[in-house]
Amino acid sequence: MKTILLLSAKEVREGLRNRWVIAATGLLAALALTLAFLGSAPTGTVGAGALEVVVISLASLTIFIVPLIALLISHDAIVGEIERGTMTLLLSYPVRRRQVLFGKFLGHLAILAFATVVGYGLAAVALVATGKAAIGGGSWTAFMTMTASSVLLGAVFVAIGYLVSALVADRGTAGGVAVGIWLVFVVLYDMALLGLLVADQGRTVGGGVLDALLLFNPTDAYRLLNLAGSDEIAAASGMAGTVQNAALAPAALLAALAAWVVAPMALAALAFSRREL
Amino acid sequence: MTLNVELKSVVRSYGRVKAVDEVSFSAGPGEVIALVGHNGAGKTTLIKLMLGLARPTAGSVTVLGQDPAAGDAAVRRRLGYLPETVSFNPALTGRETLRFYVRLKGGRKGEEDALLERIGLAHAADRRVGTYSKGMRQRLGLAQAMIGKPAVLLLDEPTTGLDPELRQQFYAIVREMQAAGATVLLSSHALNELEGNAGRVVILNEGRKIADGTLDELRRIARLPTKIRLKTAEGGARRLREWMGEPAGLRQINGHIVELDATPEDKAAFLRRAAGEGAPFEDLDMVPPGLDELYAHFLAGRVSR
Repeated sequence: MKTILLLSAKEVREGLRNRWVIAATGLLAALALTLAFLGSAPTGTVGAGALEVVVISLASLTIFIVPLIALLISHDAIVGEIERGTMTLLLSYPVRRRQVLFGKFLGHLAILAFATVVGYGLAAVALVATGKAAIGGGSWTAFMTMTASSVLLGAVFVAIGYLVSALVADRGTAGGVAVGIWLVFVVLYDMALLGLLVADQGRTVGGGVLDALLLFNPTDAYRLLNLAGSDEIAAASGMAGTVQNAALAPAALLAALAAWVVAPMALAALAFSRREL
Repeated sequence: MTLNVELKSVVRSYGRVKAVDEVSFSAGPGEVIALVGHNGAGKTTLIKLMLGLARPTAGSVTVLGQDPAAGDAAVRRRLGYLPETVSFNPALTGRETLRFYVRLKGGRKGEEDALLERIGLAHAADRRVGTYSKGMRQRLGLAQAMIGKPAVLLLDEPTTGLDPELRQQFYAIVREMQAAGATVLLSSHALNELEGNAGRVVILNEGRKIADGTLDELRRIARLPTKIRLKTAEGGARRLREWMGEPAGLRQINGHIVELDATPEDKAAFLRRAAGEGAPFEDLDMVPPGLDELYAHFLAGRVSR
Protein backbone atom coordinates (compact mmCIF):
# COMPACT_ATOMS: atom_id res chain seq x y z
CA MET A 1 0.00 0.00 0.00
CA LYS A 2 2.90 2.31 0.83
CA THR A 3 4.31 1.62 -2.62
CA ILE A 4 0.98 2.41 -4.30
CA LEU A 5 0.69 5.69 -2.42
CA LEU A 6 4.29 6.56 -3.27
CA LEU A 7 3.59 5.98 -6.95
CA SER A 8 0.36 7.99 -6.91
CA ALA A 9 2.05 10.84 -5.04
CA LYS A 10 4.69 10.95 -7.78
CA GLU A 11 1.95 11.04 -10.42
CA VAL A 12 0.26 13.97 -8.66
CA ARG A 13 3.55 15.79 -8.25
CA GLU A 14 4.33 15.38 -11.93
CA GLY A 15 0.80 16.52 -12.78
CA LEU A 16 1.35 19.66 -10.74
CA ARG A 17 4.77 20.29 -12.26
CA ASN A 18 3.83 19.88 -15.88
CA ARG A 19 0.70 21.95 -15.22
CA TRP A 20 -1.84 19.27 -16.05
CA VAL A 21 -3.65 19.97 -12.80
CA ILE A 22 -3.81 23.71 -13.30
CA ALA A 23 -4.83 23.35 -16.95
CA ALA A 24 -7.63 20.87 -16.26
CA THR A 25 -8.90 22.82 -13.25
CA GLY A 26 -8.74 26.09 -15.14
CA LEU A 27 -10.59 24.67 -18.13
CA LEU A 28 -13.36 23.15 -16.07
CA ALA A 29 -13.70 26.26 -13.87
CA ALA A 30 -13.86 28.60 -16.87
CA LEU A 31 -16.49 26.53 -18.61
CA ALA A 32 -18.49 26.02 -15.42
CA LEU A 33 -18.47 29.73 -14.59
CA THR A 34 -19.48 30.65 -18.12
CA LEU A 35 -22.37 28.21 -18.04
CA ALA A 36 -23.40 29.30 -14.56
CA PHE A 37 -23.82 32.90 -15.60
CA LEU A 38 -25.09 32.42 -19.13
CA GLY A 39 -27.33 29.62 -17.96
CA SER A 40 -28.84 31.54 -15.09
CA ALA A 41 -30.04 34.39 -17.28
CA PRO A 42 -33.39 32.89 -18.29
CA THR A 43 -34.25 31.16 -15.03
CA GLY A 44 -36.60 33.89 -13.90
CA THR A 45 -39.06 33.04 -16.63
CA VAL A 46 -38.71 29.25 -16.74
CA GLY A 47 -39.20 28.60 -13.07
CA ALA A 48 -36.39 26.16 -12.67
CA GLY A 49 -33.85 26.81 -9.92
CA ALA A 50 -30.58 28.42 -10.88
CA LEU A 51 -28.55 25.48 -9.64
CA GLU A 52 -30.69 22.97 -11.51
CA VAL A 53 -29.93 24.73 -14.74
CA VAL A 54 -26.25 24.70 -13.91
CA VAL A 55 -26.40 20.99 -13.09
CA ILE A 56 -28.02 20.25 -16.44
CA SER A 57 -25.60 22.30 -18.49
CA LEU A 58 -22.56 21.12 -16.56
CA ALA A 59 -23.61 17.48 -16.92
CA SER A 60 -23.90 17.91 -20.67
CA LEU A 61 -20.52 19.60 -20.73
CA THR A 62 -18.93 16.92 -18.57
CA ILE A 63 -19.89 14.24 -21.06
CA PHE A 64 -17.67 15.93 -23.64
CA ILE A 65 -14.83 17.31 -21.58
CA VAL A 66 -14.13 14.94 -18.69
CA PRO A 67 -13.65 11.79 -20.82
CA LEU A 68 -11.32 13.80 -23.05
CA ILE A 69 -9.18 15.00 -20.14
CA ALA A 70 -9.17 11.52 -18.61
CA LEU A 71 -8.05 9.88 -21.86
CA LEU A 72 -5.41 12.56 -22.40
CA ILE A 73 -3.74 11.94 -19.06
CA SER A 74 -4.11 8.16 -19.12
CA HIS A 75 -3.48 7.00 -22.68
CA ASP A 76 0.31 7.07 -22.45
CA ALA A 77 0.60 6.06 -18.80
CA ILE A 78 2.03 2.65 -19.63
CA VAL A 79 3.18 2.72 -23.24
CA GLY A 80 4.74 6.16 -22.73
CA GLU A 81 6.83 5.01 -19.79
CA ILE A 82 7.86 1.90 -21.70
CA GLU A 83 8.94 4.03 -24.65
CA ARG A 84 10.90 6.45 -22.50
CA GLY A 85 12.60 3.52 -20.76
CA THR A 86 11.42 4.54 -17.31
CA MET A 87 9.21 1.47 -16.96
CA THR A 88 12.11 -1.02 -17.02
CA LEU A 89 13.82 1.03 -14.35
CA LEU A 90 10.68 1.22 -12.23
CA LEU A 91 10.08 -2.52 -12.52
CA SER A 92 13.66 -3.28 -11.47
CA TYR A 93 12.62 -1.92 -8.08
CA PRO A 94 10.63 -3.94 -5.54
CA VAL A 95 7.38 -2.95 -7.26
CA ARG A 96 4.74 -5.17 -8.79
CA ARG A 97 3.08 -4.28 -12.05
CA ARG A 98 -0.33 -4.19 -10.42
CA GLN A 99 1.00 -1.66 -7.93
CA VAL A 100 2.25 0.52 -10.78
CA LEU A 101 -1.18 0.45 -12.39
CA PHE A 102 -3.14 1.19 -9.22
CA GLY A 103 -0.67 3.81 -8.08
CA LYS A 104 -1.05 5.66 -11.35
CA PHE A 105 -4.83 5.24 -11.19
CA LEU A 106 -5.08 6.79 -7.74
CA GLY A 107 -2.80 9.64 -8.79
CA HIS A 108 -4.69 10.41 -11.98
CA LEU A 109 -8.01 10.09 -10.19
CA ALA A 110 -6.84 12.57 -7.55
CA ILE A 111 -5.90 15.05 -10.29
CA LEU A 112 -9.29 14.65 -11.98
CA ALA A 113 -11.20 14.85 -8.71
CA PHE A 114 -9.37 18.02 -7.73
CA ALA A 115 -10.03 19.64 -11.12
CA THR A 116 -13.72 18.69 -11.10
CA VAL A 117 -14.51 19.57 -7.50
CA VAL A 118 -12.63 22.86 -7.59
CA GLY A 119 -13.80 23.81 -11.10
CA TYR A 120 -17.47 23.06 -10.53
CA GLY A 121 -17.35 24.15 -6.92
CA LEU A 122 -16.20 27.60 -8.02
CA ALA A 123 -19.28 27.91 -10.23
CA ALA A 124 -21.58 26.97 -7.36
CA VAL A 125 -19.85 29.37 -4.99
CA ALA A 126 -20.15 32.14 -7.56
CA LEU A 127 -23.89 31.49 -7.93
CA VAL A 128 -24.42 31.65 -4.18
CA ALA A 129 -22.27 34.74 -3.88
CA THR A 130 -24.25 36.64 -6.50
CA GLY A 131 -27.34 35.57 -4.54
CA LYS A 132 -29.83 35.62 -7.39
CA ALA A 133 -32.03 32.86 -6.13
CA ALA A 134 -32.61 30.80 -3.04
CA ILE A 135 -31.16 27.36 -3.61
CA GLY A 136 -32.89 24.42 -1.99
CA GLY A 137 -31.35 21.36 -0.39
CA GLY A 138 -32.55 19.14 -3.23
CA SER A 139 -30.60 21.21 -5.71
CA TRP A 140 -27.46 20.83 -3.68
CA THR A 141 -27.91 17.07 -3.60
CA ALA A 142 -28.26 17.05 -7.37
CA PHE A 143 -25.18 19.25 -7.72
CA MET A 144 -23.09 17.03 -5.51
CA THR A 145 -24.31 13.89 -7.26
CA MET A 146 -23.34 15.49 -10.55
CA THR A 147 -19.85 16.43 -9.32
CA ALA A 148 -19.19 13.03 -7.77
CA SER A 149 -20.47 11.12 -10.77
CA SER A 150 -18.34 13.33 -13.04
CA VAL A 151 -15.30 12.09 -11.14
CA LEU A 152 -16.60 8.55 -11.55
CA LEU A 153 -17.03 9.12 -15.29
CA GLY A 154 -13.45 10.38 -15.34
CA ALA A 155 -12.35 7.20 -13.56
CA VAL A 156 -14.08 5.13 -16.26
CA PHE A 157 -12.12 6.83 -19.01
CA VAL A 158 -8.85 6.74 -17.07
CA ALA A 159 -9.33 2.97 -16.80
CA ILE A 160 -10.15 2.70 -20.51
CA GLY A 161 -7.09 4.81 -21.30
CA TYR A 162 -4.88 2.39 -19.31
CA LEU A 163 -6.32 -0.56 -21.16
CA VAL A 164 -5.41 1.10 -24.46
CA SER A 165 -2.00 2.03 -23.08
CA ALA A 166 -1.31 -1.53 -21.94
CA LEU A 167 -2.30 -3.03 -25.30
CA VAL A 168 -0.82 -0.83 -28.03
CA ALA A 169 2.78 -0.82 -29.22
CA ASP A 170 3.55 2.90 -29.27
CA ARG A 171 2.38 6.25 -27.99
CA GLY A 172 1.11 7.50 -31.32
CA THR A 173 -1.23 4.54 -31.66
CA ALA A 174 -2.39 5.04 -28.08
CA GLY A 175 -3.31 8.65 -28.85
CA GLY A 176 -5.18 7.68 -32.00
CA VAL A 177 -7.10 4.90 -30.32
CA ALA A 178 -7.96 7.20 -27.40
CA VAL A 179 -9.44 9.80 -29.73
CA GLY A 180 -11.39 7.05 -31.50
CA ILE A 181 -12.78 5.77 -28.22
CA TRP A 182 -13.81 9.27 -27.22
CA LEU A 183 -15.61 9.75 -30.55
CA VAL A 184 -17.42 6.43 -30.25
CA PHE A 185 -18.65 6.83 -26.70
CA VAL A 186 -19.37 10.55 -26.74
CA VAL A 187 -20.70 11.09 -30.25
CA LEU A 188 -21.17 8.09 -32.50
CA TYR A 189 -22.79 5.67 -30.07
CA ASP A 190 -25.73 7.95 -29.35
CA MET A 191 -26.17 8.84 -33.01
CA ALA A 192 -26.26 5.18 -33.92
CA LEU A 193 -28.66 4.46 -31.09
CA LEU A 194 -30.94 7.27 -32.19
CA GLY A 195 -30.82 6.05 -35.76
CA LEU A 196 -31.68 2.56 -34.61
CA LEU A 197 -34.67 3.78 -32.61
CA VAL A 198 -35.99 5.86 -35.49
CA ALA A 199 -35.57 3.08 -38.00
CA ASP A 200 -37.05 0.49 -35.68
CA GLN A 201 -40.14 2.54 -34.78
CA GLY A 202 -40.47 0.66 -31.50
CA ARG A 203 -41.18 -2.70 -33.10
CA THR A 204 -38.33 -4.80 -31.73
CA VAL A 205 -36.29 -2.46 -29.54
CA GLY A 206 -38.34 -2.24 -26.37
CA GLY A 207 -37.65 -0.44 -23.12
CA GLY A 208 -35.56 -3.32 -21.77
CA VAL A 209 -33.28 -3.44 -24.76
CA LEU A 210 -32.89 0.31 -24.72
CA ASP A 211 -31.94 0.25 -21.05
CA ALA A 212 -29.32 -2.38 -21.72
CA LEU A 213 -27.95 -0.40 -24.66
CA LEU A 214 -27.73 2.73 -22.51
CA LEU A 215 -25.74 0.86 -19.86
CA PHE A 216 -23.26 -0.23 -22.51
CA ASN A 217 -22.11 3.34 -22.84
CA PRO A 218 -20.77 4.92 -19.66
CA THR A 219 -21.58 8.43 -20.87
CA ASP A 220 -25.25 7.43 -21.29
CA ALA A 221 -25.33 5.95 -17.82
CA TYR A 222 -23.88 9.22 -16.54
CA ARG A 223 -26.41 11.28 -18.50
CA LEU A 224 -29.37 9.32 -17.21
CA LEU A 225 -28.05 9.50 -13.67
CA ASN A 226 -27.82 13.28 -13.74
CA LEU A 227 -30.40 14.55 -16.19
CA ALA A 228 -33.12 12.20 -15.09
CA GLY A 229 -32.02 11.90 -11.50
CA SER A 230 -34.75 14.01 -9.95
CA ASP A 231 -38.17 14.95 -11.30
CA GLU A 232 -37.42 18.65 -11.20
CA ILE A 233 -34.23 18.31 -13.21
CA ALA A 234 -35.79 15.79 -15.55
CA ALA A 235 -38.57 18.26 -16.28
CA ALA A 236 -36.15 21.10 -16.88
CA SER A 237 -33.84 19.03 -19.05
CA GLY A 238 -36.64 17.61 -21.14
CA MET A 239 -35.83 14.09 -20.02
CA ALA A 240 -39.11 13.53 -18.17
CA GLY A 241 -40.37 11.21 -20.88
CA THR A 242 -37.25 9.13 -20.67
CA VAL A 243 -37.52 8.90 -16.93
CA GLN A 244 -40.98 7.45 -17.17
CA ASN A 245 -39.98 4.92 -19.78
CA ALA A 246 -36.59 3.89 -18.52
CA ALA A 247 -36.62 1.54 -15.60
CA LEU A 248 -33.07 2.26 -14.56
CA ALA A 249 -32.67 3.14 -10.93
CA PRO A 250 -29.75 5.36 -9.91
CA ALA A 251 -28.22 2.36 -8.16
CA ALA A 252 -28.17 0.40 -11.42
CA LEU A 253 -26.59 3.33 -13.23
CA LEU A 254 -23.92 3.71 -10.55
CA ALA A 255 -23.25 -0.01 -10.68
CA ALA A 256 -22.85 0.23 -14.45
CA LEU A 257 -20.34 3.07 -14.08
CA ALA A 258 -18.45 1.15 -11.39
CA ALA A 259 -18.33 -1.90 -13.66
CA TRP A 260 -16.97 0.36 -16.38
CA VAL A 261 -14.08 1.22 -14.05
CA VAL A 262 -13.41 -2.28 -12.76
CA ALA A 263 -13.56 -4.20 -16.04
CA PRO A 264 -11.07 -2.07 -18.04
CA MET A 265 -8.76 -1.89 -15.02
CA ALA A 266 -8.78 -5.68 -14.66
CA LEU A 267 -8.13 -6.13 -18.37
CA ALA A 268 -5.39 -3.49 -18.29
CA ALA A 269 -3.74 -5.28 -15.36
CA LEU A 270 -3.91 -8.55 -17.26
CA ALA A 271 -2.52 -7.07 -20.48
CA PHE A 272 0.25 -5.25 -18.61
CA SER A 273 1.25 -8.33 -16.61
CA ARG A 274 1.68 -10.31 -19.82
CA ARG A 275 3.52 -7.61 -21.66
CA GLU A 276 7.21 -8.14 -22.44
CA LEU A 277 9.38 -5.13 -21.91
CA MET B 1 32.13 -19.43 -3.06
CA THR B 2 28.51 -18.35 -3.32
CA LEU B 3 27.49 -16.99 -6.67
CA ASN B 4 25.50 -13.82 -6.98
CA VAL B 5 24.54 -14.38 -10.59
CA GLU B 6 24.29 -17.69 -12.38
CA LEU B 7 23.08 -18.32 -15.92
CA LYS B 8 22.77 -21.88 -17.21
CA SER B 9 22.31 -22.47 -20.94
CA VAL B 10 19.95 -19.54 -21.20
CA VAL B 11 18.01 -19.15 -24.44
CA ARG B 12 15.67 -16.29 -25.15
CA SER B 13 13.94 -16.16 -28.52
CA TYR B 14 11.73 -13.46 -29.95
CA GLY B 15 9.83 -15.24 -32.66
CA ARG B 16 12.49 -16.87 -34.79
CA VAL B 17 15.28 -14.63 -33.61
CA LYS B 18 17.39 -15.99 -30.81
CA ALA B 19 18.42 -12.87 -28.92
CA VAL B 20 20.29 -15.02 -26.41
CA ASP B 21 21.46 -18.48 -27.40
CA GLU B 22 22.79 -21.01 -24.88
CA VAL B 23 24.64 -18.52 -22.72
CA SER B 24 26.11 -19.68 -19.42
CA PHE B 25 28.24 -17.74 -17.00
CA SER B 26 28.38 -16.98 -13.33
CA ALA B 27 29.66 -14.19 -11.15
CA GLY B 28 30.61 -14.12 -7.52
CA PRO B 29 30.87 -11.25 -5.03
CA GLY B 30 33.52 -8.66 -5.82
CA GLU B 31 33.69 -9.46 -9.51
CA VAL B 32 33.46 -6.89 -12.27
CA ILE B 33 32.38 -8.48 -15.52
CA ALA B 34 32.04 -6.72 -18.83
CA LEU B 35 29.56 -7.93 -21.42
CA VAL B 36 31.00 -6.92 -24.73
CA GLY B 37 29.46 -7.06 -28.17
CA HIS B 38 27.96 -5.17 -31.07
CA ASN B 39 24.58 -3.56 -30.81
CA GLY B 40 22.10 -6.39 -30.98
CA ALA B 41 24.56 -8.98 -29.67
CA GLY B 42 22.20 -9.75 -26.79
CA LYS B 43 23.68 -7.66 -23.98
CA THR B 44 20.51 -5.79 -23.09
CA THR B 45 18.41 -8.95 -23.33
CA LEU B 46 20.79 -10.68 -20.93
CA ILE B 47 20.43 -7.82 -18.48
CA LYS B 48 16.64 -7.93 -18.78
CA LEU B 49 16.75 -11.66 -18.09
CA MET B 50 18.81 -11.02 -14.96
CA LEU B 51 16.33 -8.34 -13.90
CA GLY B 52 13.42 -10.71 -14.41
CA LEU B 53 11.80 -8.40 -16.96
CA ALA B 54 12.07 -11.13 -19.57
CA ARG B 55 11.78 -14.85 -18.97
CA PRO B 56 14.17 -17.32 -20.54
CA THR B 57 12.77 -19.54 -23.29
CA ALA B 58 15.04 -22.29 -22.00
CA GLY B 59 17.69 -22.61 -19.31
CA SER B 60 17.73 -20.93 -15.93
CA VAL B 61 18.69 -17.58 -14.47
CA THR B 62 19.49 -17.21 -10.79
CA VAL B 63 20.22 -13.88 -9.15
CA LEU B 64 21.04 -13.80 -5.42
CA GLY B 65 19.73 -17.32 -5.11
CA GLN B 66 16.33 -16.61 -6.64
CA ASP B 67 14.64 -16.65 -10.01
CA PRO B 68 14.49 -12.92 -10.77
CA ALA B 69 11.21 -13.29 -12.69
CA ALA B 70 9.53 -14.27 -9.40
CA GLY B 71 9.93 -10.62 -8.41
CA ASP B 72 10.95 -11.30 -4.82
CA ALA B 73 11.09 -7.90 -3.11
CA ALA B 74 14.03 -8.84 -0.88
CA VAL B 75 16.10 -9.68 -3.97
CA ARG B 76 15.02 -6.53 -5.83
CA ARG B 77 16.14 -4.41 -2.91
CA ARG B 78 19.68 -5.78 -3.27
CA LEU B 79 19.77 -5.13 -7.00
CA GLY B 80 20.86 -1.94 -8.73
CA TYR B 81 20.13 -1.27 -12.39
CA LEU B 82 21.13 1.49 -14.77
CA PRO B 83 19.21 1.34 -18.06
CA GLU B 84 20.85 2.03 -21.39
CA THR B 85 18.85 5.16 -22.07
CA VAL B 86 18.16 6.61 -18.69
CA SER B 87 15.36 9.12 -18.64
CA PHE B 88 13.73 10.86 -15.73
CA ASN B 89 10.79 13.18 -15.65
CA PRO B 90 12.30 16.52 -16.69
CA ALA B 91 9.87 18.46 -14.51
CA LEU B 92 11.14 17.05 -11.21
CA THR B 93 14.40 18.06 -9.53
CA GLY B 94 17.31 15.68 -9.10
CA ARG B 95 16.69 15.44 -5.37
CA GLU B 96 12.96 14.72 -5.81
CA THR B 97 13.70 12.05 -8.39
CA LEU B 98 16.27 10.34 -6.22
CA ARG B 99 14.13 10.60 -3.08
CA PHE B 100 11.30 8.82 -4.89
CA TYR B 101 13.58 5.91 -5.79
CA VAL B 102 15.11 5.78 -2.29
CA ARG B 103 11.65 5.52 -0.74
CA LEU B 104 10.53 2.97 -3.33
CA LYS B 105 13.47 0.77 -2.39
CA GLY B 106 12.93 1.30 1.31
CA GLY B 107 16.27 3.04 1.69
CA ARG B 108 17.18 5.04 4.75
CA LYS B 109 16.03 8.61 5.11
CA GLY B 110 18.34 11.20 3.61
CA GLU B 111 20.22 8.63 1.56
CA GLU B 112 19.49 10.68 -1.57
CA ASP B 113 21.56 13.57 -0.24
CA ALA B 114 24.53 11.34 0.53
CA LEU B 115 24.33 9.82 -2.95
CA LEU B 116 24.04 13.20 -4.67
CA GLU B 117 27.12 14.29 -2.77
CA ARG B 118 29.02 11.16 -3.75
CA ILE B 119 28.37 11.45 -7.48
CA GLY B 120 29.02 15.18 -7.45
CA LEU B 121 25.54 16.45 -8.14
CA ALA B 122 24.89 18.11 -4.79
CA HIS B 123 25.21 21.57 -6.35
CA ALA B 124 22.47 20.78 -8.88
CA ALA B 125 20.19 18.79 -6.56
CA ASP B 126 17.36 21.32 -6.64
CA ARG B 127 17.47 22.01 -10.35
CA ARG B 128 15.03 20.31 -12.66
CA VAL B 129 16.33 17.22 -14.38
CA GLY B 130 15.30 18.84 -17.67
CA THR B 131 18.16 21.33 -17.26
CA TYR B 132 20.78 18.58 -16.69
CA SER B 133 23.44 17.69 -19.23
CA LYS B 134 23.67 14.15 -20.54
CA GLY B 135 26.54 13.38 -18.18
CA MET B 136 24.59 14.70 -15.19
CA ARG B 137 21.57 12.58 -16.06
CA GLN B 138 23.83 9.57 -16.42
CA ARG B 139 25.30 10.26 -13.00
CA LEU B 140 21.82 10.61 -11.53
CA GLY B 141 21.05 7.24 -13.09
CA LEU B 142 24.12 5.75 -11.47
CA ALA B 143 23.11 7.27 -8.13
CA GLN B 144 19.73 5.53 -8.22
CA ALA B 145 21.45 2.25 -9.05
CA MET B 146 23.59 2.63 -5.92
CA ILE B 147 20.67 3.03 -3.51
CA GLY B 148 20.83 0.62 -0.58
CA LYS B 149 24.36 -0.69 -1.36
CA PRO B 150 23.26 -3.35 -3.84
CA ALA B 151 24.90 -6.76 -3.95
CA VAL B 152 24.44 -6.96 -7.71
CA LEU B 153 24.78 -3.99 -10.06
CA LEU B 154 23.58 -4.31 -13.64
CA LEU B 155 24.80 -1.40 -15.72
CA ASP B 156 23.73 -1.19 -19.35
CA GLU B 157 26.19 0.92 -21.36
CA PRO B 158 27.02 3.02 -18.31
CA THR B 159 29.74 5.18 -19.83
CA THR B 160 28.18 6.25 -23.11
CA GLY B 161 27.89 10.01 -23.09
CA LEU B 162 30.40 10.52 -20.31
CA ASP B 163 33.50 12.57 -20.91
CA PRO B 164 36.88 10.99 -20.00
CA GLU B 165 37.05 12.59 -16.57
CA LEU B 166 33.57 11.40 -15.62
CA ARG B 167 34.45 8.00 -16.99
CA GLN B 168 37.38 7.81 -14.55
CA GLN B 169 35.08 8.87 -11.71
CA PHE B 170 32.58 6.26 -12.79
CA TYR B 171 35.13 3.45 -12.69
CA ALA B 172 36.40 4.69 -9.34
CA ILE B 173 32.86 4.24 -7.99
CA VAL B 174 32.66 0.80 -9.60
CA ARG B 175 35.92 -0.17 -7.84
CA GLU B 176 34.51 1.02 -4.52
CA MET B 177 31.39 -1.05 -5.00
CA GLN B 178 33.55 -4.00 -5.99
CA ALA B 179 35.69 -3.58 -2.87
CA ALA B 180 32.48 -3.62 -0.81
CA GLY B 181 31.73 -7.04 -2.29
CA ALA B 182 29.25 -6.15 -5.00
CA THR B 183 29.04 -8.04 -8.27
CA VAL B 184 29.16 -5.54 -11.10
CA LEU B 185 28.00 -6.53 -14.57
CA LEU B 186 28.39 -3.85 -17.17
CA SER B 187 27.77 -3.95 -20.86
CA SER B 188 29.86 -1.93 -23.21
CA HIS B 189 31.11 -1.54 -26.70
CA ALA B 190 33.78 0.94 -25.73
CA LEU B 191 36.37 -1.78 -25.31
CA ASN B 192 39.56 0.10 -24.57
CA GLU B 193 38.20 1.62 -21.38
CA LEU B 194 37.61 -1.82 -19.84
CA GLU B 195 41.34 -2.43 -19.56
CA GLY B 196 42.16 -2.46 -15.88
CA ASN B 197 38.52 -1.89 -14.96
CA ALA B 198 36.86 -5.19 -15.76
CA GLY B 199 38.23 -8.34 -14.19
CA ARG B 200 36.54 -10.54 -16.72
CA VAL B 201 35.22 -10.03 -20.20
CA VAL B 202 32.40 -11.98 -21.80
CA ILE B 203 32.28 -11.45 -25.54
CA LEU B 204 28.90 -11.91 -27.18
CA ASN B 205 27.99 -12.15 -30.82
CA GLU B 206 24.50 -12.76 -32.19
CA GLY B 207 23.30 -13.97 -28.84
CA ARG B 208 26.11 -16.47 -28.30
CA LYS B 209 28.98 -16.28 -25.89
CA ILE B 210 32.14 -16.52 -27.96
CA ALA B 211 34.77 -15.83 -25.30
CA ASP B 212 34.92 -15.54 -21.53
CA GLY B 213 37.95 -14.84 -19.37
CA THR B 214 40.29 -12.24 -17.99
CA LEU B 215 41.91 -9.98 -20.53
CA ASP B 216 45.22 -11.79 -20.13
CA GLU B 217 43.61 -15.17 -20.64
CA LEU B 218 41.86 -13.96 -23.74
CA ARG B 219 45.12 -12.57 -25.07
CA ARG B 220 46.83 -15.90 -24.51
CA ILE B 221 44.04 -17.79 -26.25
CA ALA B 222 43.97 -15.38 -29.16
CA ARG B 223 47.79 -15.43 -29.49
CA LEU B 224 47.72 -11.99 -30.99
CA PRO B 225 51.08 -10.40 -31.67
CA THR B 226 52.45 -7.53 -29.67
CA LYS B 227 53.40 -4.51 -31.68
CA ILE B 228 57.01 -3.44 -31.11
CA ARG B 229 57.96 -0.02 -32.35
CA LEU B 230 61.59 1.09 -32.48
CA LYS B 231 62.89 4.59 -32.85
CA THR B 232 66.34 5.49 -33.98
CA ALA B 233 68.21 8.60 -35.05
CA GLU B 234 67.26 10.13 -38.38
CA GLY B 235 68.39 7.90 -41.23
CA GLY B 236 69.30 5.04 -38.90
CA ALA B 237 66.44 2.81 -40.00
CA ARG B 238 68.60 0.94 -42.46
CA ARG B 239 71.15 -0.02 -39.85
CA LEU B 240 68.32 -1.04 -37.52
CA ARG B 241 66.88 -3.39 -40.09
CA GLU B 242 70.21 -4.99 -40.72
CA TRP B 243 70.76 -5.44 -37.00
CA MET B 244 67.36 -7.07 -36.70
CA GLY B 245 68.11 -9.38 -39.60
CA GLU B 246 65.35 -8.09 -41.89
CA PRO B 247 62.58 -10.15 -40.30
CA ALA B 248 59.43 -10.80 -42.30
CA GLY B 249 56.60 -8.43 -41.56
CA LEU B 250 58.85 -5.56 -40.57
CA ARG B 251 57.25 -2.26 -41.44
CA GLN B 252 59.19 0.90 -41.95
CA ILE B 253 56.97 3.75 -40.85
CA ASN B 254 59.42 6.49 -41.84
CA GLY B 255 63.13 7.23 -41.86
CA HIS B 256 63.62 6.55 -38.17
CA ILE B 257 60.75 4.36 -37.00
CA VAL B 258 60.18 0.70 -37.73
CA GLU B 259 57.45 -1.57 -36.45
CA LEU B 260 57.30 -5.32 -35.91
CA ASP B 261 54.56 -7.72 -34.88
CA ALA B 262 55.92 -10.24 -32.40
CA THR B 263 54.32 -13.43 -31.09
CA PRO B 264 54.71 -13.96 -27.34
CA GLU B 265 57.82 -16.18 -27.85
CA ASP B 266 59.44 -13.88 -30.40
CA LYS B 267 58.86 -10.97 -28.11
CA ALA B 268 60.90 -12.49 -25.25
CA ALA B 269 63.73 -13.44 -27.59
CA PHE B 270 63.80 -10.01 -29.13
CA LEU B 271 63.86 -8.27 -25.77
CA ARG B 272 66.79 -10.37 -24.56
CA ARG B 273 68.73 -9.36 -27.64
CA ALA B 274 67.72 -5.73 -27.48
CA ALA B 275 68.92 -5.50 -23.89
CA GLY B 276 72.48 -6.31 -25.03
CA GLU B 277 75.17 -3.81 -25.95
CA GLY B 278 75.09 -1.98 -29.24
CA ALA B 279 71.45 -2.29 -30.13
CA PRO B 280 71.02 0.56 -32.63
CA PHE B 281 67.79 2.19 -31.38
CA GLU B 282 67.02 5.04 -29.06
CA ASP B 283 63.55 4.22 -27.87
CA LEU B 284 61.23 1.23 -27.78
CA ASP B 285 57.44 1.01 -27.43
CA MET B 286 55.47 -2.15 -26.95
CA VAL B 287 51.74 -2.16 -27.60
CA PRO B 288 49.94 -5.29 -26.38
CA PRO B 289 46.88 -6.26 -28.42
CA GLY B 290 43.94 -4.14 -27.34
CA LEU B 291 40.43 -5.31 -26.78
CA ASP B 292 39.45 -4.08 -30.20
CA GLU B 293 41.89 -6.50 -31.80
CA LEU B 294 40.85 -9.26 -29.42
CA TYR B 295 37.23 -8.71 -30.20
CA ALA B 296 37.88 -8.70 -33.92
CA HIS B 297 39.89 -11.91 -33.52
CA PHE B 298 37.14 -13.78 -31.67
CA LEU B 299 34.49 -12.51 -34.06
CA ALA B 300 36.52 -13.65 -37.06
CA GLY B 301 37.01 -17.04 -35.42
CA ARG B 302 33.29 -17.32 -34.99
CA VAL B 303 32.53 -16.55 -38.59
CA SER B 304 35.04 -18.99 -40.07
CA ARG B 305 33.91 -21.87 -37.87
